[in-house]
Amino acid sequence: MKKYRFLLIVLGLVVLVGCSGGGSQDGKGTVELLNVSYDPTREFYQEYNQVFTKHWKEKTGQSVSIRQSHGGSGKQARSVIDGLGADVVTLALAYDIDAIQEKGRLKDGWQERLDHNSSPYTSTIVFLVRKGNPKKIEDWDDLIRKDVEVITPNPKTSGGARWNYLAAWAYAMENYEGDEAKAEDFVRQLYKNVPVLDSGARGSTTTFVERGIGDVLLAWENEAFLAQNELGNDQLEIVVPSLSILAEPPVTIVDQVVDKKGTRAVAKAYLEYLYSKEGQELAAKHYYRPIDPEVQEKYKDQFPDLKLITVDDIFGGWRQAQQRHFDDGGTFDQIYLRN
Amino acid sequence: MNQKSWRISPLPGFGPAMGFTLLYVTLIVLIPLSAIFVITASLGWSDFWSVVTEPRVVASYRLSLLTALAAAGINVIFGVLVAWVLVRYRFPGKKLMDGLVDLPFALPTAVAGIALTSLYTSNGWLGRWLDPFGIQVAFTPIGITVALVFIGLPFVVRTVQPVLQSISREVEEAALSLGATPRQTFFRVILPELFPAVVTGFVLAFSRALGEYGSVVFISGNMPLKTEIAPLIIMTKLEQFDYTGAAAVALVMLSISFVLLIIINGFQTLQEQRKSRWKGAQ
Repeated sequence: MKKYRFLLIVLGLVVLVGCSGGGSQDGKGTVELLNVSYDPTREFYQEYNQVFTKHWKEKTGQSVSIRQSHGGSGKQARSVIDGLGADVVTLALAYDIDAIQEKGRLKDGWQERLDHNSSPYTSTIVFLVRKGNPKKIEDWDDLIRKDVEVITPNPKTSGGARWNYLAAWAYAMENYEGDEAKAEDFVRQLYKNVPVLDSGARGSTTTFVERGIGDVLLAWENEAFLAQNELGNDQLEIVVPSLSILAEPPVTIVDQVVDKKGTRAVAKAYLEYLYSKEGQELAAKHYYRPIDPEVQEKYKDQFPDLKLITVDDIFGGWRQAQQRHFDDGGTFDQIYLRN
Repeated sequence: MNQKSWRISPLPGFGPAMGFTLLYVTLIVLIPLSAIFVITASLGWSDFWSVVTEPRVVASYRLSLLTALAAAGINVIFGVLVAWVLVRYRFPGKKLMDGLVDLPFALPTAVAGIALTSLYTSNGWLGRWLDPFGIQVAFTPIGITVALVFIGLPFVVRTVQPVLQSISREVEEAALSLGATPRQTFFRVILPELFPAVVTGFVLAFSRALGEYGSVVFISGNMPLKTEIAPLIIMTKLEQFDYTGAAAVALVMLSISFVLLIIINGFQTLQEQRKSRWKGAQ
């Protein structure tokens, strides 16, 4: 028997793990919400969940427990498409939620259900440079100089990288008065200065910060702040260009899931509370730009003013932008095929 | 195999065992793989062809195949050496070294990728010594090969080790006493015995390297047409919610590996036959 003891233990473990796989709802008036989000929101939602749980308990007496899932925005959208039971999705770009909507998991016109394009907080793309800005990088024009190395991820695999690309394009369109050929050429020159295309935004931050590669990192504003805080302000500086893109990370309810689980009311409240003073304060604290005018006023020193262009203004929405620039054979592919 | 001998085998007879094996292989391997065919089938021939012959995609097959072959080749040489040392010698810390060999299996590949990249960038610990000679490792095919060597090492060592252990020293001594040089002994006596195990290790390391994603994306640099590996192309297709395109590229990769594996295995069978003929002629 001794011989088989190990085998029995292993089998026992397998059975145990198998049984514990099915989660159970404890029906003592506790609702469970699953918020499927993308990478940089991790710290923000951790704190927001505590605040909302408290608020909901006071308001209705019901306990709510919120589970979070984070990953690359596109990957998270695919999980939801493939059946991950998310009550709410809070992703990096509308295009990812559109993809979920196309599969019928949520209602058409989702972006009109909540204010401000369904985005309770916004962000933008800024430059992160080495201390003292040795290469004197002030604006997008400097990124196409011969002596500057730019770090940005691969737009084919990273949502953040797509924002970077569109911001550069928007600047060029503005600069060359809408001449598309010149804009494409500008972006091509910029990517000629990119030595490494990491697969995600965090990877690019690591390349720039830890490995000391490159002179400037194109980054989400909140990631730039985080990187600066991690390292202390004596190594990196944030440079705000004259113009950038307005990134609107949208949030919405997944209709199919909330209707099945009966969690519509609480899921709706969860998202609406992001628009409250408290939610807005938390967003600002985690370096997302608030949309509430009062909270904006309070944090105006933290977020410098710059001209912000929306995706709708210049590209006619995310679907068109994605199709034209990032799908196979789009302008990004062209840049490399012709280089 | 005559009827009687397997009737008294310790495990249940051929029927149930074979049935179970088929079921198991179908559930675990065939059904998931056939899903790739089913998804790809929704593309027409011409669409399929245009997806899989795009310059970026073709460049990625070439890169993935070449780096995987190079890495498996390097692993064969050094894997045999490591196995040899572990089997034939006693030294302090041998148990530890034996355990270290398996680490690449246990480590999350992303960790390996990040660690290797920070070592080999031009200002990393190792990269800074290579940089003056103009050798760039990180963000080049060399870097990709390094990462693939790392994850493939255990395969060769672990397949060769038991075979080496089973070769008795007497055979070697006999060869030497009959006047063979050490080199002849190795190439004529030991290597033929090891050969099937070496080939198996090579095949395992190679196939594993073909599909490797996690450790490579950090060190490859992902530059279109230069250092994009095929698994990354599959990921980029998925990122565009292009499931069929991703499946098409995966199907091509799968077919290439399958054909290569068949060829290598066929080659091995030939070797075995030659050997048995030669033994029979004695």
